[in-house]
Amino acid sequence: MKTSRIGAWVAIAIGTLYFLLPLIATFEFSLKMNRDGYSFEAYKVVLSDPGFQATFGYSTLMALLTIIVGILLVVPTAYWIQLKLPRLRPVVEFITLMPLVIPAIVIVFGYLKLYNSSSWLPLTGNDRATDFLLMCSYVTLALPYLYRSIDTGLRAIDVRTLTEAAESLGASWPNILFKVIFPNVKSAILSGAFLTFAVVIGEFTMASLLGRPAFGPYLQLIGANRAYEPSALAIIAFLVTWASMGLIQVFARNARGTRKSA
Amino acid sequence: MAFLTIANLHKRFDDHVVVHDFNMSIEQGEFITFLGPSGCGKTTVLRMIAGFETPTSGAITVGKDDITHLSPQKRGIGMVFQSYALFPNMNVTDNIAFGLKMRKLSSADISRKVAEVIKLVELKGKENHYPHELSGGQRQRVALARALVVEPRILLLDEPLSALDARIRKNLREQIRDIQRRLGLTTIFVTHDQEEALTMSDRIFVMNQGRVEQEGRAEMVYTQPATEFVARFMGNYNLLGAADAHKLLGLDIQGHMAIRPESIHVLDASANQEGALDATIRQHQLLGSIIRYQVESQGITLQVDRLNRTASDLMPAGTAVKLQISRDDMREVR
Repeated sequence: MKTSRIGAWVAIAIGTLYFLLPLIATFEFSLKMNRDGYSFEAYKVVLSDPGFQATFGYSTLMALLTIIVGILLVVPTAYWIQLKLPRLRPVVEFITLMPLVIPAIVIVFGYLKLYNSSSWLPLTGNDRATDFLLMCSYVTLALPYLYRSIDTGLRAIDVRTLTEAAESLGASWPNILFKVIFPNVKSAILSGAFLTFAVVIGEFTMASLLGRPAFGPYLQLIGANRAYEPSALAIIAFLVTWASMGLIQVFARNARGTRKSA
Repeated sequence: MAFLTIANLHKRFDDHVVVHDFNMSIEQGEFITFLGPSGCGKTTVLRMIAGFETPTSGAITVGKDDITHLSPQKRGIGMVFQSYALFPNMNVTDNIAFGLKMRKLSSADISRKVAEVIKLVELKGKENHYPHELSGGQRQRVALARALVVEPRILLLDEPLSALDARIRKNLREQIRDIQRRLGLTTIFVTHDQEEALTMSDRIFVMNQGRVEQEGRAEMVYTQPATEFVARFMGNYNLLGAADAHKLLGLDIQGHMAIRPESIHVLDASANQEGALDATIRQHQLLGSIIRYQVESQGITLQVDRLNRTASDLMPAGTAVKLQISRDDMREVR
């Protein structure tokens, strides 16, 4: 009993070190820009760089668009699967998992092949169209996370009976979806949204190959040309991700209080 | 002219027939109960009336409108579910107001109607509570109010009391019946509990395996079961097969003989009554106001109910008695 507990603590300690040491080292290095001691000089430089502001702003906007489009695509789909076509659930789950299996670079080359400027649907001809294509590719990348969290949320409420109750009270389908279903899977939607945000903010392949000024390629550019700033950026990116994770926890906990009823 | 008519209703899921040639016509203001074991098709019929299932064939008519293929939204039929189905994101007021908002009533009308119905179901003071803050009985009253407030033509109740504990169940069933009478609301109630069916209904449809076994007024179905199934389901009937009926009573019958436990009279062993059967008490069960005895006569065990008047009345196991059964209290069933 005693020895097994010690073993567990050792395992946890090794895991923590494995995870934290590189982070601490990165953080420590990012503070060393000034020769005469620790300072936040690298952060100051990074945050005041117009390139950082522009790319981070661009990626944030893309993330928000991705979240909106993704939710509007996934919630009705998952709802309909649960309500009317439960037999299709394995198929849809398989499709939503594909972006995890197919490398982003394969997907993006597929896009370029299908939607290049001489294709039947040219989406690479101008910046707005390419932004649209990039947003669609982000929706694809976010599918596994969005679908899973929303499907779990829908399973936790009695979708069928709630729908029937609303129907018998005269509610139209948009009303059922937006007044009954959406509000009751709000916390699941938010978890999916924050995961999507974290995924999109750091994405490199799609944005780089579609030639859009996103945060991922900027990270790569700085990483290739500067010494201290990449470490600062890495820490900033981590903080954004962690903030998203933290918000998921907060919303999940709040939801538990109101979820008990049916 | 009947208010709700169902003609030749069939429902098949894949190759499994769930409802078999169901026919019914009910008058405005009637309280109807579908009674039967789970899987007998009663809920499927209810869901077809509500519009959640499409009949394989047959027709459902309300007044002059054929509603067989109408969407649930357009039927004007209210429904209360066993699982309450309250919207967890809305408080009591918003849950009740939902149907009125869908009908785009003015907010003044909505608050007036909601206040009225909240008074009707006795939920005053709970207006701002959320479903998870209410007890089961209160939740079901919210669900009832939500269905009533839109003034449906027909109210459907799908085992609304099954998830509640015994005391609340009794209380709520009286309240439902009272409200139904006051509003003159045509109501169909689905249950597997014969006591609920007997206490609440004007008419009962006893269902088994997708068919109606018997329909009739509550007191009729109880005292005059038409089939062996109804006799078994409705009461604690003693059912004697043809051989036993011949041996014990000297009667030749085709199906079964049903005898209610309370209609058998227990006499002293010394009584000199013509036609009385010699019998022995085997055991007893106290059911509160009555005592149920297992009594054996010629190797056949019968259940006999007696009023539990005083403790000294109790007859211990082994007591020799005579039983008298009047021919009027026996009923031959298919």
